[in-house]
Amino acid sequence: MQTMPASLLPDTTIINTNARISYVLYLADNALILGHRNSEWCGHGPALEQDIALSNIALDLLGQARHLYQYAAELYNQLNPSAPVTEDHLAYLRDVRDFRNCLLAEQPNGHWGQTVLRQFFFSCWQYYFYQQLQHSNDTQLQAIAIKSLKEVTYHLRWSSEWVIRLGDGTAESKTRMQQAAADLWPYTHELFQPAAFEQEAVSAGYGVTPGSIEKDCLGRIQHIFSEATLSVPVTQPGLHSGGKTGVHTEHLGFILAEMQFLQRAYPGSEW
Amino acid sequence: MHTDWPLWEVFIRSKQGLDHKHVGSLHAADAQMAIENARDVYTRRMEGVSIWVVQSSDIHASNPDDAESLYDPANDKAYRHPTFYDLPDELRHM
Repeated sequence: MQTMPASLLPDTTIINTNARISYVLYLADNALILGHRNSEWCGHGPALEQDIALSNIALDLLGQARHLYQYAAELYNQLNPSAPVTEDHLAYLRDVRDFRNCLLAEQPNGHWGQTVLRQFFFSCWQYYFYQQLQHSNDTQLQAIAIKSLKEVTYHLRWSSEWVIRLGDGTAESKTRMQQAAADLWPYTHELFQPAAFEQEAVSAGYGVTPGSIEKDCLGRIQHIFSEATLSVPVTQPGLHSGGKTGVHTEHLGFILAEMQFLQRAYPGSEW
Repeated sequence: MHTDWPLWEVFIRSKQGLDHKHVGSLHAADAQMAIENARDVYTRRMEGVSIWVVQSSDIHASNPDDAESLYDPANDKAYRHPTFYDLPDELRHM
């Protein structure tokens, strides 16, 4: 086993002091981590057709993550041309504390209902977020938003229908969905609380004000929950946050250990 | 497996095609889920622009044992084929 050459590791100081790179990585990490979580279902779905459906969503998210990491690498290399990085360095060679994904994305799959509810909350946020990001003054982000929105529209439709199906299903499925909602709800709040790099992104005109989409998200959640005969959990103090600044739940470390193992053990290896 | 989900036959119309072609079958709880499953299972490589699904139990098929009486009588009736006409070039999709 080789030792990772220090020059391959992305310089976290460059990332942390540049709001635009931080912002792009936040979006990339969100997509990568949830995509990875969903991919854990591959081969284990409750039916072949749904296995394929969720794997498709995982691949969509992975595709979004790649576009964003490629752009982040481009920005990074402009600042640091002497030791350039690629999308792979950013995905595989950053540590837990450097990941900025929301806590919701890294939560365990649990049962099928929990996975589709996590997807629903996330897709709901992504849907309204990308709608706004289409008006970004950063043409790269704009293009990524336009392309991703088509995919997310389907993710939202697919996950909404599952929430309705299980919420308004049997007594058992309804109880489980209501419990999943109670478990995941505290992690949704963070998405609408601005991190420092988001505030900079907004004032520079390329980012989305997180709070500006909260009303639309909540409205959509209420609408789908009422169709699903589920009650929207009450927002109480003690909501979780920290993902955007690298303070994660215990789950992310395990995800990275599995996801990054190959590149850490065999640096630079390719398919 | 989910024996309570009925079987559906899937028909896809491709970009170039004029008609829906049978591409396979899948399991789904209802028509809406069947269309979405068909989207995920059969249009991943941009095969289609339109999807039909039909519950398999609603399809009534001819019996293969009847093949002789159903199809063979047409064998020696060449005049039923429009092979004696020259088609103008402008005519498409024939």
